[in-house]
Amino acid sequence: MIDGIYVAAMIVKLLFVLVLVLTFSPVLVWADRRQSAMIQDRLGPNRAGIPIAGKNFALVGLLHPLADALKFMWKEDFIPPKADKLLFALAPIISVIPTIAAFAVIPFGDTIYLDHLFEVLPANPDGRAVPFQVASLNVGILYIFAVAGTGVVGAAIAGYCSDNKYALLGGLRAAGQMVSYEVTLGLSLVGCFMLYNSLLLEDMIAWQVDRGLLGWGIFRQPVAFILFYAGSIAETKRIPFDLPEGESELAAGYFTEYSGMKFGMFMMGEYIAMVVSCALITALFFGGWDIPFVLRDGIHIFNYDLLLPHWAVTLLFIGSFIVKTTILLWLTLMIRWSLPRFRYDQVMKMCWRYMLPLSLINIFITGMVILFTNSP
Amino acid sequence: MAKLIPKPKMNAAEAVYVPEIAKGLRITIGRFLKNTFSARGSEGNEIDTVDYPEEKRVYPERFRGVHRLTHRSDGSPRCVACLCCSTACPAQCIHIEAAEYAPGDPRYGYERYPKVFVIDELRCIFCGYCVEACPCDAIRMDTGFHMPPSTQREHFIFDKEMLMAIPGADGSFETMNPRHEPGDPSHPGVDREHH
Repeated sequence: MIDGIYVAAMIVKLLFVLVLVLTFSPVLVWADRRQSAMIQDRLGPNRAGIPIAGKNFALVGLLHPLADALKFMWKEDFIPPKADKLLFALAPIISVIPTIAAFAVIPFGDTIYLDHLFEVLPANPDGRAVPFQVASLNVGILYIFAVAGTGVVGAAIAGYCSDNKYALLGGLRAAGQMVSYEVTLGLSLVGCFMLYNSLLLEDMIAWQVDRGLLGWGIFRQPVAFILFYAGSIAETKRIPFDLPEGESELAAGYFTEYSGMKFGMFMMGEYIAMVVSCALITALFFGGWDIPFVLRDGIHIFNYDLLLPHWAVTLLFIGSFIVKTTILLWLTLMIRWSLPRFRYDQVMKMCWRYMLPLSLINIFITGMVILFTNSP
Repeated sequence: MAKLIPKPKMNAAEAVYVPEIAKGLRITIGRFLKNTFSARGSEGNEIDTVDYPEEKRVYPERFRGVHRLTHRSDGSPRCVACLCCSTACPAQCIHIEAAEYAPGDPRYGYERYPKVFVIDELRCIFCGYCVEACPCDAIRMDTGFHMPPSTQREHFIFDKEMLMAIPGADGSFETMNPRHEPGDPSHPGVDREHH
């Protein structure tokens, strides 16, 4: 049975996720450039603006990504004469689409009960319920790994079909690095699966919400958090793991030959992947939409209670998720502008000889603790 | 014999890497907060950027800017087309075609004048040798502004009219050095009557 309201809710959710993702990535480009400028005592881009009534409205440089996008569209779309034209066009698409698709299972807020929208939520709400995520798959987070794992195909194909030595080496490095780190990424989370007893992101968040601030994943699985964070930076090919596109060695790595909007898509894919990984870390380790002292029916600080209508709490939860993701993105950019790049052998050694054993030990210890305390 | 330099050993905190990252982040985050949440130019803000078109750095007094050709008091060029400047020019960017004054002109037979005087400002290296070479104080680089940017090469080819239309930094087209025209009583050299 298909209820009209569910269809409408689905369309709204899809639009919300798409708009969120597609606005996050240009703003992130801006943040990347301005933030690095602030760290390095510069000003960064602050010029591009729209002249209205003789004054230049520059919006602290926020229009630069827009100008970049326009430039990408009007640039010559160059394809090397000996490149494989089909694969060359396909590669940027393959690297962007999966990263957007990975958002489908990330819950941005608690379940919305449409019948109770304008009143304080009762203890056992009934009626029409809409989970605030695009799809609730029962493979849950494994879907993200599966989908995000295809991103490596895009990079590898781009390197292979460009007919360029730098691109080929970059593609090889990207493939090697991403496949390796995917192992650590997956294994570091096994401890979380054992703890939360579920693969569904909404269940994991519910588990953390039930236990309050100290139940957040970062306090229960700190090692997994560090491993997963490092692994996700490696997956998004950001400094200090940006070997596939190391400028000083490989020109621009696997997208050396790309120009115009195809290059723009690679860049967009990279930034969207960052948003995905930070949203995922928020859900896994920072309690998702959880705000300490805020329950589904209002704010409760010790003896002080403030009951809020359901819509206000829902907005608070969504806002909290976005704020947490933004803070993590800020930290990711901070790390990118603080650290030098690894050597390629160091990247591989770190993955296989340190991070992988650590994640295995983490699984073992988590298992022991669960076994002996008998309460996850 | 190659000298082996032992690799410095890392202690435990360095080998784990995470504390060291935190140390680095403390510096960058501190810098970021300092620069983001303090006004430009205030105490603690380290950004020294000059907002160029709106805010200009004052050039030093003896800054070598775009050339100008100085005028005599009657508005004609002081240049006598001796070709000293184009000879001294290491970039060979000065092109001069000399011409004689018309017979009957008081300067006829004493001096020549530049019919064509062209400087390629793109080729010029702003060394100032032309100014030093000039015996008449006719070419100067005291205009105080640099070549304005342009997308067209023709804009950088300055002809005589252009060079004479640029005033010095003090706004004057002449120079402080007095000029003694042939025929003037103050003229120190030989002239038609007294040779």
